[in-house]
Amino acid sequence: MDELINKRVKEVLHGNQEAFEEIVIHFQHRLYQVCYRMLNNAAEAEDIAQEAFVRAYVNLETYDQKRKFSTWLYRIATNLCIDRIRKKKPDYYLDATVPGTEGLDMYSQIATDHQLPEEEVEKMEMKDRVQYEVNRLPDKYRTIIILRYMEDLQLQEIADILEMPLGTVKTRVHRGREALRQQMGSM
Amino acid sequence: MEKCPKHVVHYMHAFLDGEITNEEEQIMNEHLKLCEECREIFEELEQTVTLFKGVDVVEAPAGFVDGVTARLPKQMIKKGPNKWFRQHPFMVAAAMFLLLMSASFFSSFENEQQFSFTKQPNIVVEGETVVVPAGETVVGDLVVKNGDLRIEGEVDGNVTVIKGSKYMASTAVITGSSEEINEIFDWLWYKMKSVAKDIIPASKEQKLENE
Repeated sequence: MDELINKRVKEVLHGNQEAFEEIVIHFQHRLYQVCYRMLNNAAEAEDIAQEAFVRAYVNLETYDQKRKFSTWLYRIATNLCIDRIRKKKPDYYLDATVPGTEGLDMYSQIATDHQLPEEEVEKMEMKDRVQYEVNRLPDKYRTIIILRYMEDLQLQEIADILEMPLGTVKTRVHRGREALRQQMGSM
Repeated sequence: MEKCPKHVVHYMHAFLDGEITNEEEQIMNEHLKLCEECREIFEELEQTVTLFKGVDVVEAPAGFVDGVTARLPKQMIKKGPNKWFRQHPFMVAAAMFLLLMSASFFSSFENEQQFSFTKQPNIVVEGETVVVPAGETVVGDLVVKNGDLRIEGEVDGNVTVIKGSKYMASTAVITGSSEEINEIFDWLWYKMKSVAKDIIPASKEQKLENE
């Protein structure tokens, strides 16, 4: 598979734009999923995942063909997501009502760090709950947990994507897992 | 309650990462049998992992690929040649030189509208027509540009008419070669031949010897 992808990459570099479409088709779901899990918003996930492919296309010459293409692609996508999350943080719509509450606006949420009331959490469907808990993780654990468990990547691959030492990735997986366990404690 | 060894938690995570050794696993299991608290933590961790691993796969919405294609910049296609240009500056310089040279060459063919001819003592010019009168003999080559040539007498040499017509009376005699040039490729060929003649005078001398 990797060989086929690298063949397509070469074709794109020789000016064949259609070969890039095959790359997009091959990776679209995986990349979209990472973005969706990171951003927790379908429209934003689509925007960022598409942007990641565009960046990959534009910077294709800088891709080192001795390495795995998917690693490089994941790196672009996760970096874009992290940037988006950082930019997004300060601009919650403070006047917006919190879903599922009567007249509670976001002002009431500032102190509690974007947490929903416990009874709301307990009423959630499990798949929503999982997404919700992932989003409550600190940034540095969230990316790693998503790549490890939702994308099912090996620790070494995650280290390559995030350009971190393997030891750091392991520690963060441990801490992230422990944090999730505690968050899920009320199951 | 006995104090749990710290490394047991470490073993749990190693186990979950699939990086535990048999020995470590044995130690961990021994401990979990004895310690209810650790067993609970371990079970919770396993549950959490199972839950997160088992979450539904999310798929990109329909039209995602088209969306990417629409957002791709169009100028990327130029990138290939650009790269080539950077790698072969000499070839680019040579190509530019040829391009500019040929441009000036072709424009000289298109733009040279002036009527001109080789000066010979016994020819007559009528408007834009050069006439070699009957009974006269022109010694040497005769070139007419942007005009016509009418030969009634004799030409002892080569005759060339560029962008014009050549009329021969029944009495006309040309001892050398004769050609009419109206197309760009004829012109090119003519230029090349004349350049070659200039460069290699030997061919001319040979001709003289033959004569």
